[in-house]
Amino acid sequence: MTLNTHHILGLEHLASQDISLILDTAQEIKRLSPCAFAREAPLRGKTVINLFYEPSTRTRMSFELAGKTLGAEVLNFTTASSSIVKGETIKDTVLTLQALAPDFIVVRHSAAGVGSLLAPHVSASIINAGDGGHEHPTQALLDLLTIRENRGAIAGLRVAIIGDITHSRVARSNIWGLTKLGADVRVAGPATMVPSHIEKLGVSVFLNVEDAIADADVVMCLRIQLERQNKHLLPSLQEYARFFGINEARITHAGKTVMIMHPGPLNRGVEMSTPVADGPQSFILTQVSNGLAVRMALFYLLAGKGVPDAAH
Amino acid sequence: MLLIKHGRIVDPGQNRDDYADILIHQGTIVQLAPRIDPGTITGVAGGKSSDLQVVDASGTIVAPGFIDMHTHLREPGYETKETIASGCRAAAAGGFTAVACMPNTNPVNDNKVVTTYIRCRAQQEGCVRVYPIGAITRGLQGESLSDIGSLKAAGVVALSDDGEPVMNSDLMRRALEYVKHFDLLVISHCEDKTLSAEGVMHEGLVSTRLGLPGIPSAAEDVMVARDVILAEMTGSRLHVAHVSTAGAVDIIRRAKMRGVHVSAEATPHHFTLTDEAVTSFDTNTKVNPPLRSSADREAVRQALLDGTIDCIATDHAPHGTGDKDLEYGRAANGIAGLETAVALTLSGLVHEAGMSINRAVTLLSTNPARLLGVAGGTLQQGAAADITILDLERESIVNPARFRSLSCNTPFGGRKLVGGPVMTIVDGTIVWEDHERAT
Repeated sequence: MTLNTHHILGLEHLASQDISLILDTAQEIKRLSPCAFAREAPLRGKTVINLFYEPSTRTRMSFELAGKTLGAEVLNFTTASSSIVKGETIKDTVLTLQALAPDFIVVRHSAAGVGSLLAPHVSASIINAGDGGHEHPTQALLDLLTIRENRGAIAGLRVAIIGDITHSRVARSNIWGLTKLGADVRVAGPATMVPSHIEKLGVSVFLNVEDAIADADVVMCLRIQLERQNKHLLPSLQEYARFFGINEARITHAGKTVMIMHPGPLNRGVEMSTPVADGPQSFILTQVSNGLAVRMALFYLLAGKGVPDAAH
Repeated sequence: MLLIKHGRIVDPGQNRDDYADILIHQGTIVQLAPRIDPGTITGVAGGKSSDLQVVDASGTIVAPGFIDMHTHLREPGYETKETIASGCRAAAAGGFTAVACMPNTNPVNDNKVVTTYIRCRAQQEGCVRVYPIGAITRGLQGESLSDIGSLKAAGVVALSDDGEPVMNSDLMRRALEYVKHFDLLVISHCEDKTLSAEGVMHEGLVSTRLGLPGIPSAAEDVMVARDVILAEMTGSRLHVAHVSTAGAVDIIRRAKMRGVHVSAEATPHHFTLTDEAVTSFDTNTKVNPPLRSSADREAVRQALLDGTIDCIATDHAPHGTGDKDLEYGRAANGIAGLETAVALTLSGLVHEAGMSINRAVTLLSTNPARLLGVAGGTLQQGAAADITILDLERESIVNPARFRSLSCNTPFGGRKLVGGPVMTIVDGTIVWEDHERAT
């Protein structure tokens, strides 16, 4: 089986079969030892360009390691060393990179829709590593993998997404992915951070975090962007922690075996308390390792390879 | 001499909708009669019949020339986007005989030197009439009034800070008071900048889906309400530019019922498109005010039909690809609208929404002429011979590559339209003719 898409711009337009194929492939990859890939180097001769216009540590490193493990050449192009300071437009930058004939361009940018802007101009597969408040598909895919691995399936699960929904690309991609796979998705956060019409994406909106997480299988917290504090959205982080943060008392409303997730980086004591973040229900570090598997799976599938054979 | 024969005359100002011939001499309509014979003309007009040019207008509508009261001609300062000459050619090809141009040039038209420059350039190079609009505030900075009297003396027909609101309510109040002496229309770009903030599209389901920062309808509604209150307080005339929300329509409708001197315009893109168009992230859909919801679009259409909105104006805002081929948030606002406006009106409002052709001409000609106090807007004997001829059945596909404008930023490329202009006559001279029309 192969993917029905050349680019991964978001989960809104990714078919559920494609999502499942990516998750299945990632699962297989996890089963194989990294040595298997070192021998085969299935992406030998391929080039990945990481084009990062926003600071990122974990996502960029995860893509880099995924590409290298599969034997690809990985080049990093970040704002510090780029020519954007010289006034070059992103389209010109990408045309320049295209001239180097890469097979993959992984792009992160503060502008929503940047993948749609670039896709017509390149033959490489574009993988969206986060575009403004729009989508962060690989984050949602690794979240889906983490949930599926633990619960066996996504359909029928109750998933609560808590925090700044308005500005979160992680929330949007997860809403598309989770609803496509049949989860019951709930969102809650300060009303200043829950966008209008979000219920039309197929989620239920709650004013209270307690109600949103009641009997939840998964509680997914979103990062509160400290730099947005000047935007009238929150009186203070202390208020956020008190009324919306996930702490030991509040988490008792959720199911006993609830999975606690966070895309990172975590503001300890704000989105969740340290005991919760480090507790037995926390899957934060599993998410990070699954990120590697999901990104390897994407490179693998977009390069036209089928599901890896565990027998090798 | 020009004789237009066999056309259907639609002139709402005279309450006319009948078949008649029009004779033009020296830029003036000298006769409008059921039948004018070329052989009998000499005595009437005092000219020689050998100079006579006859236009067969069978099957078409002959209307007073269309006036776009909201155009950005970009000259002086941004001549790569548009010049007065190219903008006038675009206007003529779009069926407009006159345009009023906004003052956000470089330098800003906030003084008589710039006004005079624009008028001179228009006289030298413009094939349609050009009416400069002066800035309300110096440099469009929203801090102090321009030399409004001198602007009027130099020939501006209205005042506007278009592109920017006058955020300071006291300054807006004083502007409305001060213009009384000069009888100038104040055209308001209604946007509360603290509410629109960093928004780049309409705030609604689509912005929520796309994760683009939204501009709530309230950003417009709040400002329209403020300006209506100030117009009521001062008794001055207020014209609301590019109405895009159902809320603004409602406020204007109620103000008119109370007798406030408020008028309004809407653009073809706001009565045609909705925020759904942004889904492609096509920056040609980026415009301020933004494309709104379908409920807003319906309210604007209804207001155009019922008279709440007085005019159709293009808000022609040409931009080069360098300003548009960017991330959505960084791309310039604006749509080049002169060459699609009339066809969109006929297609979308007359054919689809059942608007009478009489109403369409009122919106495009009669009312803009009356509000700006300029020539045209009528086919009465003695009036300036500014005429737009329309073919209601003419089919066309929008091809931006063929625009006369120097810019081709339009979200309508490839759209099939029914009805459009076929000839534009300014001051008795044919300035544009659709040569491709099957005759």
